[in-house]
Amino acid sequence: MVDSLVAAASVIAAAVAVGFAGIGPGIGQGNAAGQAVEGIARQPEAEGKIRGTLLLSFAFMEALTIYGLVVALSLLFANPFVG
Amino acid sequence: MYTFLLSKIEVGSHLYVNLGGNLHLHGETIIVSSIVVALLTLFLVISTRDLKKVPGPLQNFIEVIYELVKSIAFTQMGPSYYSQFLPFVATIFLFVLGSNWAGALIPWKLIEIPEGELAAPTNDINTTACLAILTSITYFTAGFKIKGIGYFARYIKPSVFLLPINIIEDFSKPLSLNFRLFGNIVADELTVSVLCSLVPILVPVPVMVLGLFASSIQALIFSTLAAAYIGEVIE
Repeated sequence: MVDSLVAAASVIAAAVAVGFAGIGPGIGQGNAAGQAVEGIARQPEAEGKIRGTLLLSFAFMEALTIYGLVVALSLLFANPFVG
Repeated sequence: MYTFLLSKIEVGSHLYVNLGGNLHLHGETIIVSSIVVALLTLFLVISTRDLKKVPGPLQNFIEVIYELVKSIAFTQMGPSYYSQFLPFVATIFLFVLGSNWAGALIPWKLIEIPEGELAAPTNDINTTACLAILTSITYFTAGFKIKGIGYFARYIKPSVFLLPINIIEDFSKPLSLNFRLFGNIVADELTVSVLCSLVPILVPVPVMVLGLFASSIQALIFSTLAAAYIGEVIE
């Protein structure tokens, strides 16, 4: 009984962790991509440099979602509260 | 019923190699990472054995890689210190890139092992933790060697009340390095295996290509951050 309660709570927590972790980086990546497009439109010859920086900063933002995913995965596959 | 399932999703099952007592190793991680190290060593030795003034295709390729890692170290550490730490940054870059791509490119699923499955070594949190702790030790030692006891002035740098935050940063740096690499690789492999279990043909291929791209970016990020952390202390 307690175990199934813990399992249900963990599944919901995992979903919430990934879901909320996706919001912030999504907004951030949208902002960054928009600014990058603006920069390229203003200065098309700087495209290569802008693309490199954009990809690097995308990876940093994505890492925040990944932290949420790590929490969700550890709740789903390596739950410390069950058993 | 499950005959359609080509790739069973396994997380957290390992091939344990017992060393006696409470010590055990994750066999599959050790096997794959030693294969990666052997392949990298072989490639580097062969490609740098016979250097010429007018480079052939292999030497061209290795020169491109050298320029890349050199530019990572150079932009973060400046002209006077980069050559000391170039081997470390280059090793991290090549090992992370090699092990990420080894997990994606070599069809490990064809080889059966008693428990767990062969995959990228960075799929195991111990590998990434080891790399992150090595980075930590390196920047600590670098700062201490270059600046001496004045290194600790860094902890009260903007002002004294930031001391606890600066100390916490020393622990959060390796933690975030560790989780970033591990989470990205596990997320890639999970996405691919979930898609494989849904539609085992043709559909996972674009995701695999995206995974290859993302894992090369992760190698770049890991080595850039390691170089940046070292550069931050010795400046």
